[in-house]
Amino acid sequence: MDTKKITGAQIVIETLIEQGVTDVFGYPGGQVLNIYDELYKASDRINHYLTAHEQGASHAADGYARATGKVGVVIATSGPGATNLVTGIATAMLDSIPMVAITGNVSRNLIGKDSFQEINITGVTLPITKHNYFVTDVSELADTIREAFKIAKSGRPGPVLVDVPKDIQASLCEFKPQGEVEPFAIPCADDSTIAEAVRLINECQKPYIYVGGGAVSANVGSEIMELAEKTDAYMGCTLMGLSAIPTNHQRFLGMEGMHGHFASSVANSNADLVIAIGARFSDRATGNTSTYCKGAKIIQLDCDPSEINKNIGVDTALIGDLKHSLREILKGTVKSEKPLWDEQVQGFVKKEEEIAARAAEMAGTRLTPAQVFDVINELKSPDTVVATDVGQHQMWSAQYLKFDKVRKFASSGGLGTMGYGMGAALGAQVGSGTRSILVTGDGSFGMNLNELATVSSYNMPVTIVLLNNGVLGMVRQWQTLFYGKRYSHTILGRNTDFIKLADAFGIAGERVDTAEGFRQAFERSLNAEAPYLIEVAIDKDEFVLPMVPPGGSMSDLITTKEVTE
Amino acid sequence: MKRFVIGVYVENKYGVLARISSMIMRKAFNIDSIASGMTNDDAFSRITITLRGEDYHCEQLINQLQKLHNVKNVAVLTRDDCVERELMLIKVKNSPVNRPEVMAATEVYRGKIIDYNPHTLCVEVTGEPTKINAFIDVMKPLGIIEIVRTGTVAMERSRTLAD
Repeated sequence: MDTKKITGAQIVIETLIEQGVTDVFGYPGGQVLNIYDELYKASDRINHYLTAHEQGASHAADGYARATGKVGVVIATSGPGATNLVTGIATAMLDSIPMVAITGNVSRNLIGKDSFQEINITGVTLPITKHNYFVTDVSELADTIREAFKIAKSGRPGPVLVDVPKDIQASLCEFKPQGEVEPFAIPCADDSTIAEAVRLINECQKPYIYVGGGAVSANVGSEIMELAEKTDAYMGCTLMGLSAIPTNHQRFLGMEGMHGHFASSVANSNADLVIAIGARFSDRATGNTSTYCKGAKIIQLDCDPSEINKNIGVDTALIGDLKHSLREILKGTVKSEKPLWDEQVQGFVKKEEEIAARAAEMAGTRLTPAQVFDVINELKSPDTVVATDVGQHQMWSAQYLKFDKVRKFASSGGLGTMGYGMGAALGAQVGSGTRSILVTGDGSFGMNLNELATVSSYNMPVTIVLLNNGVLGMVRQWQTLFYGKRYSHTILGRNTDFIKLADAFGIAGERVDTAEGFRQAFERSLNAEAPYLIEVAIDKDEFVLPMVPPGGSMSDLITTKEVTE
Repeated sequence: MKRFVIGVYVENKYGVLARISSMIMRKAFNIDSIASGMTNDDAFSRITITLRGEDYHCEQLINQLQKLHNVKNVAVLTRDDCVERELMLIKVKNSPVNRPEVMAATEVYRGKIIDYNPHTLCVEVTGEPTKINAFIDVMKPLGIIEIVRTGTVAMERSRTLAD
């Protein structure tokens, strides 16, 4: 099809295929009928997954992108179809996930007239997209979509929306297929800043590497481990940085911050040098910024200049491609052993183990989240992507899950979107081509459980681990600690029978309340070759610990529940 | 708080001004004015933003502007190497008592009377914002009816943002 004329709708599909897209998520409607007609005709070249709701489709595109590193694609109609994408787009924006959202809109002659299902979605999504387009000329359609892909995957990735009026979809235009667009080149950090970073690293005694989501998208886990091994640095990460470093690495201490590992957070605050790699010093990671790492020098590596000195002032900033910066740093740093730092950090690790042992002892025979995650870690494959919703179960996932490979964790870190998990898990399942796991809670699950219909109708192997405590646990935890145990609207008590619910969607499920019961159920789910729901009864007053109170410092760390009672 | 004047060279495309003002709102920058207009190149527009804040805010605004896809160049315009102007139209009461005062002040401020009717006088004044503010102070006791200001526009003396 060299340069013959095709319709705008065909151009949309041909450009997606040209950009290497094999799977899209979406929901049809009046203003994308033409695009869906072309999807029908191209069904042998591109897979479309119909979700129950556009929000689910947007989270699926996001989960797909996190699992694969490719650009996730979602299609929705105008008006409510488009506005239903908003939470999914914002989730992708806050976590820097590459996504292209294609929406239909009313024909150009109806724009601005409050026509049926008309919404100015470019205006609505202005603050939550990396960029967006309203296509007004069919001759610009293909290049606009190409540019959308280029922007979505370049530098710090993010969501891009392309709004295509219906008459543009129907217009004819010449189309010449091109290759996949390459991302914009990321500049390299200045030699002088690299030299300064090398000097600081060679001079420090207690280095701590703070790994963020940028390390996942730039895939620099091996360079970071090499730096840690060479300089005797310890590594910790943000929620978004999880799976960048294999959990079992000797120098990896796990997530730090508000609900981070004790050893990781304390090592961070005791370090004399903090090397931030693709991390943005979010309030959840730093706590009180006026006391954060006051005794330490800070080096920040990031490809986005606007992150430098935004939340925390740094001593040296390496703005540019992370891989390049790390390789240059590795060239300059000298091998160094730091037994005193090792000894100090191993003390923190030992203390953390003691806290965990004490918590396990106090739990007695009760089924604890830690036991659930022990089973998941033992039985899941290294290729499994675990998606979560938002709340206590999310923090337990972040604390307890073990990862061997990168891109195996999909969780809404920045926006904290309850209801993210169901869509993300199915998107990750499609992207990874293997079973995915959703860890969710009864609150979050209630928000988008409609997507059970999707996993059921496509028979997607997704294991849903539903930690049911009958309350909005994380909010309840705050109410317990900071609001005098006034449990305002956090006791759900809905008596939903989740097993019957799963059954209604054609999904097998079972309820467990012991560790052994969970193990057996989880094994059954792995052999099911179908979606499977496991409802795990947990105590409503289970806490996520440790916890740095909001706005607090490491010195305010709460490690045991006893102090709160 | 300091005052910063920032020149922004942008592609002349759909929604560019909305993109910039949306970013300013979402990041809660404190701006005095934003003025946009065409340039000698149809493909580009030029926007002047005046910001109030500390050096940190200026640095952040520059970084955020540079992230926007349609923004081609951004520069802080310092007093030493840029020219800065604002245009104001001001409508004041016309009366036998007022008239000589308004006309005298307009003369001194090198303004122009651009409309005259039995009830009102319209004056056009151009200059740096401090001059405009001073003229407003002079007019206050005479009875200001309405003011329209363009906001600051500024340009570097020798460099150009278009390169």
